[in-house]
Amino acid sequence: MECVFGLVGNGFAIVAADTSAVHSILVHKSNEDKIMLLDSHKLIAASGEPGDRVQFTEYIQKNVALYQFRNGIPLTTAAAANFTRGELATALRKNPYSVNILLAGYDKETGPSLYYIDYIATLHKVEKGAFGYGSYFSLSMMDRHFHSGMSVEEAVDLVDKCIMEIRSRLVVAPPNFVIKIVDKDGAREYAWRESVKDNPAPSA
Amino acid sequence: MSRRYDSRTTIFSPEGRLYQVEYAMEAIGNAGTAIGILSKDGVVLVGEKKVTSKLLQTSTSTEKMYKIDDHVACAVAGIMSDANILINTARVQAQRWDKNFGFQLYMSDPSGNYGGWKAAAIGANNQAAQSILKQDYKDEITREEAVQLALKVLSKTMDSTSLTSDKLELAEVFLSPSGKVKYQVCSPETLTKLLVKFGVTQPATETA
Repeated sequence: MECVFGLVGNGFAIVAADTSAVHSILVHKSNEDKIMLLDSHKLIAASGEPGDRVQFTEYIQKNVALYQFRNGIPLTTAAAANFTRGELATALRKNPYSVNILLAGYDKETGPSLYYIDYIATLHKVEKGAFGYGSYFSLSMMDRHFHSGMSVEEAVDLVDKCIMEIRSRLVVAPPNFVIKIVDKDGAREYAWRESVKDNPAPSA
Repeated sequence: MSRRYDSRTTIFSPEGRLYQVEYAMEAIGNAGTAIGILSKDGVVLVGEKKVTSKLLQTSTSTEKMYKIDDHVACAVAGIMSDANILINTARVQAQRWDKNFGFQLYMSDPSGNYGGWKAAAIGANNQAAQSILKQDYKDEITREEAVQLALKVLSKTMDSTSLTSDKLELAEVFLSPSGKVKYQVCSPETLTKLLVKFGVTQPATETA
């Protein structure tokens, strides 16, 4: 089941998410990217109802882009997080989105940051955060091994520890994960951790 | 006589004309010129800066060029408050669509007419500009040649005697080496160099 987690290191933030698209007991896809590039220096990792997840993250992405065209400057990570929370809070009493979000970003003034936003519009600025069944394990691993000011190598190592723990302890563990990083040079995909590959469709 | 049919855009005159629309077109004819030229490797926009008061605080480097999306930009001639509404709508709509059909240049006017053009001019002296463009435009024009042509047209149609970078703005849409569409506004320094290079202005003489 879904695992999304992330942490802040020295000059960067890192987020990881499982890449399984699951319905009921069936796995439909194992390379579904649940971490979207919000803009050049922001990552939005989301878990929840697949339809809501795509609809909501795209909506946030387009509005962040629109803001930039209208005002000529990008939203800060804090502003984007508060905007996202606001949209979830407005929707909450009308037509709620079942989406949990980890928002990672890098700003010149404030450096890297990570925001925890859940589907009932809770907003927290955190150094480490996680959603889904994987959170039981990833949070424990991060409580044990996280320290502020981690290097990229240390952080990736911790992310790998979390993935290993999920894979070995969670009954319904997803096989594959994607890891993304955001730092002063921008947001980008860092690596995939795959234990199964999607079978290509047999040629007719 | 025509007064009776002047006041509203929705009332036709007996000759079948809409005066308010015609007046609106007329109003644009007094605005600073803007020229767009389509080339094989990009689109060039140049505009005449009308407000050049040294006291004015400018919030942006450009006055009539607006980025609509990563791959779309527009130049405006006319009433800015009206343009802002259109630009806002365009920016919102641009977020809803994700398609790219190669380099294109469009012109729209107050009557609602719009169409694709290889080269177009709006604003003051647009007819003169349009006819020079018609004479000198050739298919397979490069972006650099398009910049040269646009500056030449503007130098001939603008009222001021010598073209200087503070009365001009230049923006280009083209493909970067990585293949991404890029919108680039020319700096005043580069613009001055271009004006000298293309011989449409005299280099600033020392008159201190």
